Order: sequence, then structure tokens, then C-alpha cells
Amino acid sequence: MNVTKSYVAKSVERMRPSGIRKFFDLAATMEGVVSLGVGEPDFVTTWPVREAAINSLERGFTSYTANAGLIELRREISRYMQERFYVEYAPKEEIIVTVGASQALDIAIRAITDPKDEIIVVEPCFVSYAPLVELAGGRAVTIGTTGKTGFKLQPEQLEAAITEKTKAVLLCYPNNPTGTQLDRDDLELIAEIVKKHDLLVIADEIYAELAYDRPHTSIAALDGMRQRTILINGFSKGFAMTGWRLGFVCAPQDISSAMLKIHQYAMMCASTPAQYAAVEALQHGMSDVESMKKDYRQRRNYMVQSFKEIGLDCHLPGGAFYVFPSIQSTGLTSEQFAEQLLLEEKVAVVPGSVFGEGGEGYIRCSYASSMAQLQEAIKRISRFLEKQKGRAI
Amino acid sequence: MKLNEKEVEILEILQKDARFEAADIAKMIGLSETEVTETIRRLEEEKVIVHYATLVDWAKMDNYTGVTAMIDVKVTPKRGVGFDEVAERIYRFKEVSSVYLMSGVYDLSVTVEGKSMNEIARFVSEKLSTLDSVVSTTTHFQLKKYKHDGMIYTSKNEDNRIVVSP
Repeated sequence: MNVTKSYVAKSVERMRPSGIRKFFDLAATMEGVVSLGVGEPDFVTTWPVREAAINSLERGFTSYTANAGLIELRREISRYMQERFYVEYAPKEEIIVTVGASQALDIAIRAITDPKDEIIVVEPCFVSYAPLVELAGGRAVTIGTTGKTGFKLQPEQLEAAITEKTKAVLLCYPNNPTGTQLDRDDLELIAEIVKKHDLLVIADEIYAELAYDRPHTSIAALDGMRQRTILINGFSKGFAMTGWRLGFVCAPQDISSAMLKIHQYAMMCASTPAQYAAVEALQHGMSDVESMKKDYRQRRNYMVQSFKEIGLDCHLPGGAFYVFPSIQSTGLTSEQFAEQLLLEEKVAVVPGSVFGEGGEGYIRCSYASSMAQLQEAIKRISRFLEKQKGRAI
Repeated sequence: MKLNEKEVEILEILQKDARFEAADIAKMIGLSETEVTETIRRLEEEKVIVHYATLVDWAKMDNYTGVTAMIDVKVTPKRGVGFDEVAERIYRFKEVSSVYLMSGVYDLSVTVEGKSMNEIARFVSEKLSTLDSVVSTTTHFQLKKYKHDGMIYTSKNEDNRIVVSP
């Protein structure tokens, strides 16, 4: 008998594919593209870290680890989080090693979401937040931040979005795609509202290591916030380990136990060689993180200054490796701008609109590329803008 | 000489790539172009910036016969001038590309570049070993250059990342 129906679940059918995909498909067919579209470091994982993984394989450490991860690694994570971000989590009960921060997000959201629970998602943001909430049966309620406030979440916006059904607020700072950082003062105001309404925070702090002007403040480090925060971090960005797929999540014991149930059924454990590599990264890799950070800072400054010079408004982002210039002066939508720029000058950027509310009118430019590539990209964008001006007249 | 943070940053950038222009360095570290140009000029004057050169992979050239040798040299230091006098006598030879005073079993590490093995052999036997203070020499010929001044000679500039990612 012929198949006459779709077996795909309605909830998945309803999901829209990521807007980034379209540009990836287009850019992938072209030669000579300078890409500012890449959401991962251009640095290769440092050799000592790679060697630690190789060494673990040579010694035959190829079995599963504990569900929550190697205890040795969890101890290192605990020490690291305490030393860098002043938050304390017990290695045995409150830390789970995950397959990237992405999986940490998934189990965090699933562990707390009952049907129809509302989770507030602050946009523009990483593309997977809202879909993960929907997949968990919850409802993503979005707030759009704006360029006028440097894409900082405003307390009154948060207050306005809260209903009886609100369970949690998902925050990502330093932010992808805007690079915006929230300082302690900003976070205090948000924490007050969270406490007042008895909410939980899911804090995606994957870019915490990449804060350039002031050290990153974790919301979990604020008074009274530890017990109402699920803190997510990982090795991808700061340690240049994206392909290893290794992250972790820290939370109070009851939430951690709930997440661990999902993790043990859905994932078992994170990759063993990657975990050995991560131990090395935390024990001896901090100076390498600092040196990469120094390069990123110089590139960020270069990009912001260059965009200003060629006539695009651009706020100075405090962290991550993205700048988010406004292209409103061109009269194009961000998608038109990105598409024409790619076709005419072969520079790949990501339209701000794919990151949700507030992103329209902006483009995300990653500066995780060599200075030579960035210089070339600026040259091409400048030429593109000149042509646009010609057209407008 | 005390260097400030920005001066160190300029030096680090130029050490990685001497061709960075002052205008770009200015953007990277948040100074004006004039300030950067002025700082570089001062650092050149003070000989903190010694020289700008190009790393060349001569092995890429067909029929290239040049050789490089690293020579461990034991010397007798002289009262009053220590090793400096003999080091100077050695580095004055134009075929000598570097001279370092070393700790350990020998005293000077001398790098010599020549057109052929013969030329270097002649240099060692006729010029270097005959110096009064030189006690002994051990010559090592370089066979292949893998990495020099922080640059890997054999690497291809590959970027395996996907072009657009979230």
C-alpha cells in the first residue's frame, strides 16, 4: 500500500527552518567568498588540548563516562566557575557535562517546561531558543530589544512580558548576534523583577570568556539568584573547541537531577575524548584563551571603527565575536542587504532579521576571521555602499 | 625603557605582521593614526624595533643550493670584556646571520648561511676555528625548515569552517 500521509509530527512540521540556512546554501555554491557569517572561532583548538585527547585515545579511554561527565572534569569546571565568575557549584550534584551548550539548553528547557508554560526569550538571539521551547511543549514569548538601548534588555520590557504562565526568562549575554554585554547594574534590575515574580533564569553564558572591556558578570553570582538560575557555559567559543561539542550546565541540585534524567536517557554522556581534552583546557589553557581574546578585541575595535568610517552606524559590543551594524541608512531590509552584498561583492553576512524581533535593519558580522580577511571584507562592503549611494541618486 | 600597554600592543601586532598600516593599527587599539605613527617612529629610533624583514622560503626556488648551519662554539672569555669581544669578531662576518650567548655545554650559538656546504666548511675551518679565543666548534647543517620565527613553512591556509553558521 502507498504511503498516503505524512509521518512528521505536527509540531515539527510547524517549525520554520533556520533563516541562516538560506545564506549558507547560497554562499556555499560561490567561489571567493569572504565570510563574516561564521559563528565559530577561526583559531584551531590549541595543540596541548588536542594532544590531551589523542593521549586519552592512546591510553584506551574509549568507554562511556559517568552520565554527568568525568568527575575530574566536573571538579575542574567547579573550580573554574568559582575562580572566573564567583559562582559555586558542587561537582557531584550540580554540574552536568553536555554535548555543547546546545544540548545544555535543550535539557534545561525540557526539565522546567510544563505544557503551556511561557518562557521569555529576549531577541535578537541565537536561533534555537524559541524552537527548543516549542519542542518542549512550552510557549516562547519574545521581547525585542533595540539598537537605541544598545540591545540591552530593559527592565520595563521584561515586566510587561510577564504573565501568570511565565516560568522562566532565557538570557544570553554576551549576546549572539549583537555582542551586547550586560553589566552588574543592568543585571541587578533584571534580577529584582525575576525574584519579585518568582521566576527562573536560563543563562546562556557561552561567550562569557569573550568580554573585552569589563569582566563578564554572571547573573547567578548576584544576591539570591543562584537558586533560581540554570547556568550554561561550554568550551566552544572561549577555548575554540566548537567541533568537540562540549558544554556544561550548572544548577541547584533539584533542577540538576531533573536535567540529568533527560540527559541519561537522551544522551548517556558527552564524548569521552572531548572530556579529557577539556580537562587539559581548564588546567593549562587559560593563557591561550587570553591571547585569543586579545586578538578578538583588536579585530572588534577595527570593525567598529571601519564601519563608522564607511558610514554604517555601529555600537561597540562588549563581548562575543560579532558586531551588529545598522544598515537602515541604505533603505534596504537586512535580508536584501545581505543577499545583494553576497551576490555583488561576495561577502557573507547574516541578516539581523533571522535572529528575531529587533534584528531587522542590522546585519551580523562575525570577526572570528584573520585581519587580512576582515580588511578585505571592509573594502568590499565599502564598495558596495558606494554603489548603493549611486543607485539612490 | 618602560613601555606602556599601547606600545606593547603595537609591537605585538607588528611582530606578527610588519606590513600592518598605521591607520589599521590605530583602529585596532583605539589610538589616532598620528599617535601610532609617532609611537612607531620613536620605537624605531630607540632600536626597540630593530628592523623589518621578510621570511622567505628559499626551498621553494628551483635549483636553490644555499645551506644553513648552526655551529656550537666553545670559547675562552677574556678578562674585562667577557664573551663580547669574541662574539663581535664572529658576527662581523657577513655570512653569520645570528650569534647568541648560551648557557650549557658550549658558549656561542652561531648561525651561518652559505651558498654551499663547502663554503661553510671553509668558513668554519679558516675563519672561525682560527680565532684565538675559539676552543672548539661543532657544526650542524639544517636539512629542512619546518617552522621559523613562529611561522610554519609547510602549512596551507585552510579554513575548514562552514561559510555561514549560527
